[in-house]
Amino acid sequence: MKAAQKEQIAFNSIRLITYFIVVLVGYLLFDIIIKGIPTISWEFITGLPRKSGAEGGIFPAIVGTIYLVFGALIFAIPLGMGSAIYLSEYAMQGRLNRSIRLAIITLAGVPSIVFGLFGLGLFVLFFGFGASILSGSLTLAFMILPTIIVSSEEALQAVPMGLREASLALGATQWQTVYKSVLPFALPGMFTGSILGIGRAAGETAPILLTVAAFFLPRLPNSIFDQVMALPYHLYVLATQHPDTTKVLPMQYGTALVLIIIVVFFNLTAIILRNKFRKKIKW
Amino acid sequence: MNRWQDKAIKTILVGSASTSILIVFLIFVFLGKEAFPFIRDPGFDALWHTRWIPVSFKEEIFGLIPLISGSLLVTSLATLLMIPFGVFGAIYIAEIGSEVERSILKPFIEVLAGIPSVVIGFFGLVVLSPIIKNLFGLNTGLTALTGAILLALMAVPTVITVSEDAIQSVPRAYREASLALGANRLQTIFRVIVPAALPGIIAAIMLGMGRVIGETMAVLMVTGNAAKMTLNPFDSVRTMTATIAAEMGEVAFGSHHYQALFWVGIFLLLMTFGLNLIAQKVLRKYQMR
Repeated sequence: MKAAQKEQIAFNSIRLITYFIVVLVGYLLFDIIIKGIPTISWEFITGLPRKSGAEGGIFPAIVGTIYLVFGALIFAIPLGMGSAIYLSEYAMQGRLNRSIRLAIITLAGVPSIVFGLFGLGLFVLFFGFGASILSGSLTLAFMILPTIIVSSEEALQAVPMGLREASLALGATQWQTVYKSVLPFALPGMFTGSILGIGRAAGETAPILLTVAAFFLPRLPNSIFDQVMALPYHLYVLATQHPDTTKVLPMQYGTALVLIIIVVFFNLTAIILRNKFRKKIKW
Repeated sequence: MNRWQDKAIKTILVGSASTSILIVFLIFVFLGKEAFPFIRDPGFDALWHTRWIPVSFKEEIFGLIPLISGSLLVTSLATLLMIPFGVFGAIYIAEIGSEVERSILKPFIEVLAGIPSVVIGFFGLVVLSPIIKNLFGLNTGLTALTGAILLALMAVPTVITVSEDAIQSVPRAYREASLALGANRLQTIFRVIVPAALPGIIAAIMLGMGRVIGETMAVLMVTGNAAKMTLNPFDSVRTMTATIAAEMGEVAFGSHHYQALFWVGIFLLLMTFGLNLIAQKVLRKYQMR
């Protein structure tokens, strides 16, 4: 066989393997969209669940997920952006810097269920917050912290050194330089990282399983110490814990579709914004 | 005044950056705190039993070995599956596909990375497991293999992204030299570029494995959750992550069972920590600029 022929066969096989992934994921999304759409109705989105989720809507789960995500962002954004500013603008090569980076890498690799155990041990039991929105939000916040730090730092690094040097040369202090010359250009990119964090926090199940999620709670929460339902956990319960899982299949597909729409919406927004900022600012 | 403000702000920033260190420290402390009493009462040796029977009227047994073996079986199967898809996918995106294909495939991979694990588990439960059941003529589609396929799907984006970075960072001169010597693109890819990027690709696979071992919801939903020791991909298994997720809800706080579940968490943490650490070392050592 000629080398050119062999090359063609090999390239086509590799193309086939790559597109197999695309087809599989496409099928997954297609299946959930097609079978989920008939369930979606005004009542499904805004109604309370009845008969342990077999009928009615998923409104409390949607609200619960929104609370948890925004609760997580309130803690994670200041911490994440502060960390990124320090690492990018202030840190010298040294032991503290190395330890911080090692800690971020470690955090990024901690399994989500271990975050759940940690949240249970620290927030639910030690601090006595109980299974609550507060415990769940804090646990999720620490889980998405590495995502926010890494992408915020990338945005800060993309700002050219010349802007900082010019500002410092004019007598501005370090913080004035960061605040006036670096942050305005880096902020859009930094918020992109937070949007990625939203997607991740909204879809995670394991950490909230142990720290906040309620099996069936057909009402809205009153305070941050309340338990809530959450979309991913609701899907898990309907699909595996419900006494008649085949009967509630339409509810499962509907919940899965709503969850996917929320998560993919935030992720796509983040990806599109990021690509736009990468292109737009030409130094 | 400005100098004072500058110092204050720097302190705040150092503080927030150090939070990460504090959290890692607290994770180890609080997992240890809840798990530690187990060493005194049933003893550390009780964990090295080959059976996991946490609820029983006669004798409760907290052997971690079947859980660890379950996790290892699922992880090795998933690794075997994710290597071809992840590595060839990365080669295709970086070296073979056109610019247009790249601009579609890359966001697509990122979307895949963002699909929540519970949704992938749900898809596995209602679509994949009946297929597995009928295809292999099994009694149930809830097997180690079913879990491994889903986990491979979830780890593929990590493997592709990191491998692609490694392939992209192979110096242009390598490619040009190889092509100038008369090698075709296929030979250049497999004899020059992939060997040069190999450390990065291996690190990518290890990061993917770290993701697989720690994944909870998908395996909880599709592996059948029978805590037994087996090497058969068509058997039901129970992984470490699924055990914690399934049993923590019903356990009495402070009981031996509760403490044993925290031990499962500690072992899980150590395994993923080790994998990530080695992968990062490899990445840093062979990083080419």
